[in-house]
Amino acid sequence: MKTEEIHQTLTARLGDAIGALHAETIDPWIEVQATAIVDVTRACKEDPALRFDFLSSLCGVDAGDSIFVVYHLYSYALRHSTVLKVKVPKDTPVTRSVTGVWRGADWFEREAYDLFGVRFEGHPDLRRILLPDDWEGHPLRKEYVFPSHYGGIDNTRDYNI
Amino acid sequence: MATLQTVEMELNMGPQHPSTHGVIRFILRTDGEVIADCKPDVGYLHRSIEKIAELCTYNGFMPYTDRVDYVAAMNANHAYALAVEKLAGLPCPRRAELLRMITAELGRVSSHLISVGTMAMDVGAVTPFPYALRERERINDLLEEICGARLTFNYHRIGGVGWDMPEGWDKKARKFCDSYDKILDEWDRLITKSHIFVERLAGVVTIPAADAIDFGLSGPNLRASGVDFDLRRDEPYALYPEMTFAVPVGAGAAGVVGDSYNRFVVRVQEMRESVRIVRQCLSLLPATAGENPVPKPKNFKVKPNECYVRTEAPRGEMGIYVVSDGSDKPWRYKARTGSFTAMGAVQHVSSGILIADLVALIASFDVVAPEIDR
Amino acid sequence: MSLYNELPATFVTTNVDKLMNWGRASSLWYLLFGLACCGIELMQTGGPRADLDRFGSVPRATPRQSDLMIVAGTVTLKMASRVKLLYDQMPHPKYVISMGSCANCGGLFDKGYSVLRGVDKVIPVDLYVPGCPPRPEALTEGILEIQDKIHRERYLIRNS
Repeated sequence: MKTEEIHQTLTARLGDAIGALHAETIDPWIEVQATAIVDVTRACKEDPALRFDFLSSLCGVDAGDSIFVVYHLYSYALRHSTVLKVKVPKDTPVTRSVTGVWRGADWFEREAYDLFGVRFEGHPDLRRILLPDDWEGHPLRKEYVFPSHYGGIDNTRDYNI
Repeated sequence: MATLQTVEMELNMGPQHPSTHGVIRFILRTDGEVIADCKPDVGYLHRSIEKIAELCTYNGFMPYTDRVDYVAAMNANHAYALAVEKLAGLPCPRRAELLRMITAELGRVSSHLISVGTMAMDVGAVTPFPYALRERERINDLLEEICGARLTFNYHRIGGVGWDMPEGWDKKARKFCDSYDKILDEWDRLITKSHIFVERLAGVVTIPAADAIDFGLSGPNLRASGVDFDLRRDEPYALYPEMTFAVPVGAGAAGVVGDSYNRFVVRVQEMRESVRIVRQCLSLLPATAGENPVPKPKNFKVKPNECYVRTEAPRGEMGIYVVSDGSDKPWRYKARTGSFTAMGAVQHVSSGILIADLVALIASFDVVAPEIDR
Repeated sequence: MSLYNELPATFVTTNVDKLMNWGRASSLWYLLFGLACCGIELMQTGGPRADLDRFGSVPRATPRQSDLMIVAGTVTLKMASRVKLLYDQMPHPKYVISMGSCANCGGLFDKGYSVLRGVDKVIPVDLYVPGCPPRPEALTEGILEIQDKIHRERYLIRNS
């Protein structure tokens, strides 16, 4: 199924929760409200015309004063794929966790929390994964300032000796 | 007899440990030798590659993709080159595509050699590992001749490859392919059919197909659980539609479909298929003689767009998501790797197994730390 | 007075320093500390073609049994304290080879936020082997240089 048909199927099933279809990019994407993402992804997985059983990737993208959480889905049964995006404001980036739909989303969401600061409500164990637990800040945000010290180590180096 | 009262022990495995395949730490709660809970603690090799992508031009970022998976660097290069070419709409000459596929499949053989070699070593059989390294040295010689490096190749470019192949390279590659089947037969006699090896791995941590898909496993891990899916055949890219090759799926010849032994056997069989693909590409190569596979080095800007390209890397599915913003540097680069989801599954499948089985499990998932941490 | 022509041919004269240095240099056991890409080249150097075993160097899994630590690969800030802990666990006399650009100075990851710019910020380094990754021949030359360094040491005189 093409993304337009997937969009129609989802809108028919869930109505207002499904936002607009953006077809100007190479991979067309469907915008979804943060409050509705669990119902939408569950419908994606269970609907017999969609059957998206595989979460290929879940990541964050910085978009100025908001953050997009991007879901790439694939169906082994029906061999089609789609892209969902949830937009959250940067000062209160909160959305719902989809670990109840695909258990593989667990670590992807922890990574998005670690690097962007997006909180996933309902996640069983939301804590930092790639950076040390006492790290401050969320590095993949565009305004992040790189630290010059950590844990008592001075990490500056003069390369022009 | 009354049962003995035991207390659980918290044991730390790693980050420096010879069998964690890189710097990964496991926090185990064990009751004697039986694990009650295993939490992987990763991030000891987080080198901020995704942030550095936003500072480099598209062309200049290619060496960093080698380091995303250094054991199979050609495949990581290939995935990034395909993603940016799709994003920017750049063509790639046929000769370059063939050279890319030859090097990518040789890289797959090289990566599987490390994988099966370390799998045998982790289980206790130390002898197969130098055999694997010996074959890997021969592949390293071939790849060093074509691109100058032994490990982090930086060979593929956006729109082609870095250098054309030297005179006589295809004869050497063909000689390697012709000798490789006998090496694999020797390998089978040495370790694949060894009684003790089969007993150590058969039935250890069986993951059924539905669970494997739910956890996000991909590549050989998924095929060993019985799911017949290979991105090269089912969602093809590059020139794979013209190739004839079989896709080995776990069949439970010894043990159960989805156990560690099947994950081992699938990789050994995949090496044979990769060599078949290399032979086919080598026979198609003379028809492209005279084409220049090296693109002109220039800086290019990409209009705001985004795309996600999935390729079959040796450790699973490598999905590259690139977002452009109109400048000559990517806005966002994300590498979705097979080892990341495999490591995420370890916590869910590892209660009730022995510590030695945990080592066999991690080895059979073929995780490498840079893919998890990037 | 020389004893040279006085003793039978089965006697060797040397001094204790040289004898102990010869023993220490010919059995440099290294800690298997492959962190990243250089770790794979470390494995290949210990492998069948560029064999490190012929110099008496075998890999050990624990720092308590090793006298050489080859820091092969990028040291991240999360890993830095563990590198120091492992170095402290090694018994004296101990040597450190910093293998590869990342361990020397941060390498190509110096632009990142999470990488330690050189392992000599946490432990003292005896030898730097440049390369990304260094060829097995380069690492072998590094081991030979450490052996030369050991031969030049006065082992029994304590430096205060």
